[in-house]
Amino acid sequence: MRASLAAWVFAAPALLVLAVFFGLPVLAAALLSLTDFDLYALADPAHLRFVALDNYLALLRTPLFWKALGNTTYFVAVGVPLSIAVSLGAALLLNSPLARMRGLMRTALFAPVVTTLVAVAVIWRYLFHTGYGLVNWALGHLGIAPVDWLGDPRWAMPTIILFAAWKNFGYNMVIFLAGLQTIPQELYEAARIDGASRWRQFLHITLPQLGPVLLLVGVITVSGYFQLFAEPYVMTRGDPLQSTVSVLYYMFEEGFRWWNLGRASAVAFVLFLVILGVTALLLRAGRRRDLL
Amino acid sequence: MSAVGDRRWHGLLVNGALLLLAVLSLAPLLWMASVSFMPRGEASQFPPPLLPSTATLEGYRALFASAGMARNFANSLLVAVAITALSVLLNTMAGYAFAKLRFAGRERIFQLLLAALVVPAQVAMLPLFLLMKQLGLVNTYWGVIVPAMASVFGIFLVRQYARGIPDALIEAARIDGASELRIFFQIVLPLLRPVLVTLAVFSFMAAWNDFMWPLIVLTDQERYTLPVALAALSREHIMDVELMMAGAVVTVLPVLVLFLLLQRYYLQGLLLGSVKG
Repeated sequence: MRASLAAWVFAAPALLVLAVFFGLPVLAAALLSLTDFDLYALADPAHLRFVALDNYLALLRTPLFWKALGNTTYFVAVGVPLSIAVSLGAALLLNSPLARMRGLMRTALFAPVVTTLVAVAVIWRYLFHTGYGLVNWALGHLGIAPVDWLGDPRWAMPTIILFAAWKNFGYNMVIFLAGLQTIPQELYEAARIDGASRWRQFLHITLPQLGPVLLLVGVITVSGYFQLFAEPYVMTRGDPLQSTVSVLYYMFEEGFRWWNLGRASAVAFVLFLVILGVTALLLRAGRRRDLL
Repeated sequence: MSAVGDRRWHGLLVNGALLLLAVLSLAPLLWMASVSFMPRGEASQFPPPLLPSTATLEGYRALFASAGMARNFANSLLVAVAITALSVLLNTMAGYAFAKLRFAGRERIFQLLLAALVVPAQVAMLPLFLLMKQLGLVNTYWGVIVPAMASVFGIFLVRQYARGIPDALIEAARIDGASELRIFFQIVLPLLRPVLVTLAVFSFMAAWNDFMWPLIVLTDQERYTLPVALAALSREHIMDVELMMAGAVVTVLPVLVLFLLLQRYYLQGLLLGSVKG
């Protein structure tokens, strides 16, 4: 009896914080998305009206919302495979018995992960500056004309994708590295005796053995990348031609610039459903391949 | 080609590729540090210089004197330290309860917590802002601190670790008549030390680097944390590269140094917590 009471005393503070400042707001967001909560309601709740699914239906008719969803999907569809490929490549290199100074290299490759996103996004703005950026200067030596990286609607999102890959690849690299170290060496020895090339060893031993880790990394990275916000906020403000407006950027503008909190809540929920749907698809694909 | 020659080429390839990756990872950070010491306007030339012609602290002086960043640095430090202290305490108590103490609904509540991980934090932000407005916490430090005082990730991390503590140890203390609080502080906490360090490093870094929620809840430049202040500064002073890079150094350096010092704990936590998702 005493232990049970003590348990509640220990667990209650954290549970209370999570319930009041996360659980409750999430439920409230669901309700809020069914109202026309706006600047007037913010001043006087009497203006609040229940509008059922009107916010969701209005979103479907808003071109900028579709644009934001398209931009975010582009970021996820290109950014996630690119980031995971770089992470896996880096992990394989670090795991090679021929690699020197592994600890130091791992630290160097991981450093971007711990940096403050806003600060490094500012650095990238200058590195990719059209006129005096180091990137265009270096490309100039290869005879490539200056590219307006963040000012050209075709290049702005690819630049942000490159930035995200640079900033994040170290995280998954560490997870892959731990996964690689659990693969039994005997598998490789047997393959070598059979004369299998390195590439075939990678395809037939490393990749299948890493399957469950790949699925986990995929799910984490996809849901993280769908939450794109600070990069466009700092690097492009959604421009040029709204080519880098992400779903969360749109939600932020709707909610905290125009104070359409009802509408913005609907945006948040659509994003949540999209993430849930894509995650479910990934997990189903994984289950079919026996990775779960 | 001989086996030895093949191995040498392969080694060169592996180490060359690693070196290239390391240079690409660190170059932006090194460039930031270099430009932060350049005299005003030097970085905005073509070709862009890699090193300052003469090293100067002009950028830093402008940052602290005219841009008032000292205030923002203090804000960030205060908020991050408070979040770290409070969340480590609350998460540790809860994680220990979920691992070692029995109470009705324990498993069901824990399942619920894990399920909550799939909900993006941003879904809660709009009503959370209204709640903070009601509580009068908008544009206060508490507005940033309070929602971060507990996290499912932290509870999970401590629970995983605390399950390794032998029940016999706790039972023996109970038979000796020790109170539950005393057992927690004198027996459990010392055993949890490694995971406490991990949790503290994680909490501090997450709080220091956090951007979206502070941007929403802090409305006054005086109250901004460093990332919010830096983003605002970059909208006003975007042409002043040296000033901006000094600001980036001041923002990034504390977390980078903390990581270098406590790397082992940080990476352990990352692997334990990669179930988060």
